[in-house]
Amino acid sequence: MTYANVLSNIKPGQTAHVKQLLSTGSMRRRLLDIGLIEGTEVRCVGCSPCGDPSAFLIRGAVIAIRMEDGEKIMIS
Amino acid sequence: MGLTVHSTGKNIADGYADIKKQSPLDKVVALAGNPNVGKSTVFNGLTGMNQHTGNWPGKTVASAQGYYKSHKHSYVLVDIPGTYSLMAHSAEEEIARNFICFANPDAVVVVCDATCLERNLNLVLQTLEISKRVLVCLNLMDEAKRKGIRIDTQKLESRLQVPVVTTIGHHSKTLEGLMDAVDALLLAPQKDFGHITYAKPMEDAITHMMPVIQSKADPSLNPRWVCLKLLEQDCALTDEICHYLHTSLMEDAEVKAAVDEGLAILQSHGIDQDGFKDVIVSSLVCAAEEIANDVVLTKTSGYSQRDQKLDHLLTSKRTGYPIMLALLCLIFWLTITGANYPSSLLASALFRLQDYLSAAILALHAPIWLHDMLVLGIYRVLAWVIAVMLPPMAIFFPLFTLLEDSGYLPRVAYNLDKPFKKCNACGKQALCMCMGFGCNAAGVIGCRIIDSPRERLIAILTNCFVPCNGRFPAMISLIAMFLTFSIGGFFGSLLSAVLLTCIILLGIMVTFGASKLLSLTVLKGVPSSFTLELPPYRKPQLGKVIVRSIFDRTLFVLGRAIMVAAPAGLLIWVMANVEIQQISLLSHCAAFLDPFAQLLGLDGIILMAFILGFPANEIVIPIIIMGYLAQGSLTDMTSLIELRSLLIQNGWTWVTAICTILFSLMHWPCSTTLITIRKETGSMKWTALAVLLPTVVGMLFCFAFASIAGLFC
Repeated sequence: MTYANVLSNIKPGQTAHVKQLLSTGSMRRRLLDIGLIEGTEVRCVGCSPCGDPSAFLIRGAVIAIRMEDGEKIMIS
Repeated sequence: MGLTVHSTGKNIADGYADIKKQSPLDKVVALAGNPNVGKSTVFNGLTGMNQHTGNWPGKTVASAQGYYKSHKHSYVLVDIPGTYSLMAHSAEEEIARNFICFANPDAVVVVCDATCLERNLNLVLQTLEISKRVLVCLNLMDEAKRKGIRIDTQKLESRLQVPVVTTIGHHSKTLEGLMDAVDALLLAPQKDFGHITYAKPMEDAITHMMPVIQSKADPSLNPRWVCLKLLEQDCALTDEICHYLHTSLMEDAEVKAAVDEGLAILQSHGIDQDGFKDVIVSSLVCAAEEIANDVVLTKTSGYSQRDQKLDHLLTSKRTGYPIMLALLCLIFWLTITGANYPSSLLASALFRLQDYLSAAILALHAPIWLHDMLVLGIYRVLAWVIAVMLPPMAIFFPLFTLLEDSGYLPRVAYNLDKPFKKCNACGKQALCMCMGFGCNAAGVIGCRIIDSPRERLIAILTNCFVPCNGRFPAMISLIAMFLTFSIGGFFGSLLSAVLLTCIILLGIMVTFGASKLLSLTVLKGVPSSFTLELPPYRKPQLGKVIVRSIFDRTLFVLGRAIMVAAPAGLLIWVMANVEIQQISLLSHCAAFLDPFAQLLGLDGIILMAFILGFPANEIVIPIIIMGYLAQGSLTDMTSLIELRSLLIQNGWTWVTAICTILFSLMHWPCSTTLITIRKETGSMKWTALAVLLPTVVGMLFCFAFASIAGLFC
């Protein structure tokens, strides 16, 4: 599943807004916990040496999220 | 590496049942908060306890308790694990929630990171819904100030309707202010529960259920909150509530009818179980955002330029891994070089003391056998343990704590997540491994930060492939004696550090292999989801680090080693001196183990030392020495040179040394670790596997190495 408009597609330095969470179960709850709801601004701030996971600035905190988890976060 | 007196045993309360009050009048105050907001620092500052702190989320994995006396009350403070929310997704969150909900603390202090208030408010709002006496502590005010963040605390107080106190975790003055505020809070009339307005369908459902719930539930629980939780249909929590109320709420026909009607209202608005949680969380996040926008006067991104640059350096493709390796190597090099001189100094001092001790005992006309038992048995092993262990530990621990406090460790997990994922495991396993450097038992407890039970088990079972500080001082001396002996000075110690790093790398490789193996066989599954917070870098407080790591960790670990070493020394002396058919018991055992040990490139004495070293790995080398001494003639052992010649006399070569190092890296975990594994997994089966896995791998490695080396020698 590779949509152009998912979180895993934004590059370091780019900013996006969350449109919808497709994640389910515990991941969904984790993301909600860190304040990732509709409309939240997310900025990609870097990626790890292997290219995955990437680090995102979410509500003032830097959180690492894996590629396949990022694919389930729709952005606009 | 959360290794402290407290993290490996006493004073840890897993549940909420065992609060140890010093007097019945003690007030219980819970310290809650997001992970990594300096909660443990506040706790330590108040209680004087040495609950270990570190700059990474998930440091406190169980609750710790300590005591504080203010002007008005004496308190039991409970440091509960850091959580983002009280909706309980993982073991530690459940501990936190259950404590706040059901242990009825007299007050809850929610420690917040002032640099990141908005996200912290989420937890504050949830706590307000559950507890009537809440105090908000804005911690890390110094950091906020540096970042140019200003918070209108009075406005925050009026918005939340609870007292707000600002603190700087390591400034005791500000902490006194905090406890004064707690005093005042306890004297003030009790307020009502906090109130968050949810979307209309929720409010309708709650209004509908309220009369029934209010009549059934205990007044100490917020009826609105109970309604919400019943609607959420979280079975674990409703069970917990029922357990608390001593009634089965859901079996009550009226309650059940009310819940069903509430659910029907939600359904008519198209809100299902998942949607319900979303709406609740969104309401909380929006409320937090709104309050934060109101009270935070200057907003910055929270991710400073400096952190950005450091992250770029420490996690980039080109420099990430080399820096990681270089740091590891540097730490070992400093440890080896620094420990060299004090170690030999300590050894000669302790053996000089042995002469005095010996003379003193003889002067008391003690029988010779008693003298030998005490001096040659117990004292000598103790002296060795101290001389070999203390200097490397006293250097390694502070160095590692510095690294830990700075916030580098989560970056290691971040860098290594991909390789771990390839093995169907979790990057956070890297954090547990780092803790393993201190003590594998602490590393095993630390595995609680991993949410998926499958990945947690993998991390637990493979943790002992990281040599704890009980093992690597022995590795250092073996490397120095047999591999870098002829190269002295700077290059010698540098080479030793590189070799030790290679051994650690081998351990890490084996961890990857074993994780993969486990995930393909007994622990099948795909990697679960993963989020990891990368906290801001913080400048470690040098003085505190040194004091804390020496007094808390080093002396504690050394004490434990000594406690085990004394009886072991006695046992080995008895074994060497009790004779059956003119041959000592020691020789019998060694001879029995020898054929098998030879296959592994070891000998009977070495293997026996590993077996006797089961209570603590620190005593393996001293037992080997004792074993040889009991059979040989050397009496005074003060330097590595003499030790080396003793080992060589007993047939050691570099192959023996490497095999011993390999076996030390990979064999059964020590007894403390095994007990911890048993506790954490709750199963004998997994505990047995935790013994078998490293033992079999270690034997295979030793056998392969000895066989291959045998072909060339």
